[in-house]
Amino acid sequence: MLPKHPRPHHTGVESTASTQELPLSQLPAGVTAQVTQVHGGHGLVNRIACLGFTPGAEVKLLQNYGHGPLIALVRGARLALGRGEAEQILVRVLSV
Amino acid sequence: MSQPAPDALTAGEQLEPVLKVALVGQPNVGKSSVFNDLTGQAQYVSNWPGKTSEPKSGSCDAQGRSVQIIDLPGTYSLGASLAEERMVREFLIRQQPDVVALIVNATALERNLYLLAELLALPVKVVLGLNMVDVAAKQGIVIEPHVLEAALGLSVVPLNASRSQGVDELIQAAVCLAAQPHGYTPNRPEIRSDHRTVLEELQRLIAPYVPAPYPVDWAALKLLEGDRQITELLHPLLGEQWPAVHAILMQHEDAILAIAGGRYEWIGRMMRAGITQPRAGQLTLTDRIDRVATHPVWGMLILVGILGVLFWLTYALGTPLQTWLDVHLVQAGSLWALAQLQAAPPWLAELVANGIIAGVGTVLTLLPVLLIFFSVLGILEDLGYMARAAYVMDRFMHLMGLHGKSFLPLFLGFGCNVPAVMGARSIESPKARLITILVTPLVPCTARLAVLATLAPIFFGAQALWVTWGLVALNLVVLTGVGIVLHEGFLGGEHKAFIMEMPLYQLPNLRTIAASLWQRLVDFMKMAGSIILVVSVLLWALSTFPGGTIQTSFLGLVGQKLEPLGRIMGLDWQMLVALLTSFVRKENTIPTLAVLYGVGTQGAGLGDVLGDRLTQPAALAFLAVQMLFIPCMATLATIRQETRSWRWTALSVALLLGVSLAMGIAIYQGARLVGWK
Repeated sequence: MLPKHPRPHHTGVESTASTQELPLSQLPAGVTAQVTQVHGGHGLVNRIACLGFTPGAEVKLLQNYGHGPLIALVRGARLALGRGEAEQILVRVLSV
Repeated sequence: MSQPAPDALTAGEQLEPVLKVALVGQPNVGKSSVFNDLTGQAQYVSNWPGKTSEPKSGSCDAQGRSVQIIDLPGTYSLGASLAEERMVREFLIRQQPDVVALIVNATALERNLYLLAELLALPVKVVLGLNMVDVAAKQGIVIEPHVLEAALGLSVVPLNASRSQGVDELIQAAVCLAAQPHGYTPNRPEIRSDHRTVLEELQRLIAPYVPAPYPVDWAALKLLEGDRQITELLHPLLGEQWPAVHAILMQHEDAILAIAGGRYEWIGRMMRAGITQPRAGQLTLTDRIDRVATHPVWGMLILVGILGVLFWLTYALGTPLQTWLDVHLVQAGSLWALAQLQAAPPWLAELVANGIIAGVGTVLTLLPVLLIFFSVLGILEDLGYMARAAYVMDRFMHLMGLHGKSFLPLFLGFGCNVPAVMGARSIESPKARLITILVTPLVPCTARLAVLATLAPIFFGAQALWVTWGLVALNLVVLTGVGIVLHEGFLGGEHKAFIMEMPLYQLPNLRTIAASLWQRLVDFMKMAGSIILVVSVLLWALSTFPGGTIQTSFLGLVGQKLEPLGRIMGLDWQMLVALLTSFVRKENTIPTLAVLYGVGTQGAGLGDVLGDRLTQPAALAFLAVQMLFIPCMATLATIRQETRSWRWTALSVALLLGVSLAMGIAIYQGARLVGWK
């Protein structure tokens, strides 16, 4: 479930319409992807960006059961993220 | 606890001021181990963010200089969203330490160096301590400190803090750096070219208005990042300039992503030469353990198993020890004091025996239980498991606006509310910590469960088990309800983002665990010796004067005055007094009732007397109130210690008083309405 009014004011890497972007929360476990956009309020974007989720960063999902929180490997560290937070991070799949 | 190195003033050294070295690092980097090694002090070392919630300082000597070491809270960045972040940067800007020793975790160097990128924007000198190099090597990460040193233009010292290796070299490097005013030329991250122009424009606009000691270029950078604290600070000061500044900021609302991205690019360049990473995709031990430990089903079973062992230990070891201490320390001590003070006025002997020894002694009997809880907790923390427990419990805690990190403290409450309140230290969001502390007393502790288990059969006979389960469930329902109300109503507004590092599993370091255990026990003992001592004496006076017996005491009189309130719940004044005396210790309910009803005087046991005095609805109301009532004084004193606020402590009392009495009234009156007698 996406929040009703996501504020799309943070767009880093220009993404072409043809490549498939999806929220990090929908990325299956074991898949590596590249961050394209980070949405959300200022405070959240700030925290997420400092922890390494910036456009262009590689992220690998270590765990995603389709509900509840998930675990991602980003910038060499493991981070647990709530599903709501993961929905604000858009990624493009790099490899399966 | 802080010792600002007074020995600096010995002969011949008067001219050399004490050198201030601040330890900075992200959580889980072993920073507090470095602090312990340097200063020889016991202090929390945490695998769990937010433990060092206020700066601690200690002193050491290096190269003939006296050095004050300040341990700052672990923080991932120098933003404004978390209290720790604000605290670290305020300290660095206002206190201006001579050197900052940044401790980084070699296994997650990329993320760890982000803090360096931010530190280099401040007017501080930095040395880099590269910790856990051995663990990194096992993962195939090869780091060449000299190459990294050359790239960064900073001293890089490899450390193995858990074995005290490299710590002396680190402090020597810091002292050397402080001694060379001009030898410090680090490689600083640069901002993207289009933002550079914007930044220069911002600097020009705000320069006359930035208050000391904030550096103008740093303030401009933080404005561009959208930093709330700096924006709120400068907004009123800028006056007529604000619209111009605001317009620039609105145009570059996305700047933080570009700035953070730029810092990570810089980190990538710095790491390219000195670090060889293994090919991504190989499964580490941590990943393999996590497949089970964070699995929705297996992870839950493991957590239940661990908690089961913890409670088994508490009942098998803690409770018998507690009883033993009660008999041999408190009761024997009281008798001994009475015997010693035979010559003294009777009130004095009573004060010492029944006030001080009974009150403080009772609280000290909690020590074995606390020792068990904190040892197990310390091992789990150091192992890296606590973050996993929080992860597994996250979805359940979300129901009441809390996240996974609140689960463990709350669960500890079933044993004893004191470690539960202390355990809330590990929650980094101040609001979530406060909500956790405020709802903790609603978790029924062993003492309250013991009272329930004693009284329920007296009133309800064969149905006692159902009543017991029902009342425990009632507590949990009320807890969830109060949690939701607190979160939505009074303490809401803060986004409950769940973002938590999952540190690598590592073998627990017993020295570190012992240090943290010792610190927590010392905190508790200090409390027993101060606030609890005062409250014990006060309560003793209230239950003794003016009449000499509890019936004729202030407490008894208050109970009698409150009888109309009691009647709404079907309770007589003796019941109300029993609730009041349960404040010293929850088990007091039963002896108080025995005294007030004259149990033993006519050969009748407590069961006979109580069963006759109360109807079942009134008994149910009484048990519900006693389960939800104000916590014992040890818990309340801990709440005061942890919140550092009498206001929140008073609110906690008012909240629980209101909730428990409302529930008592609702049960009794509800039962009468449906015709149950």
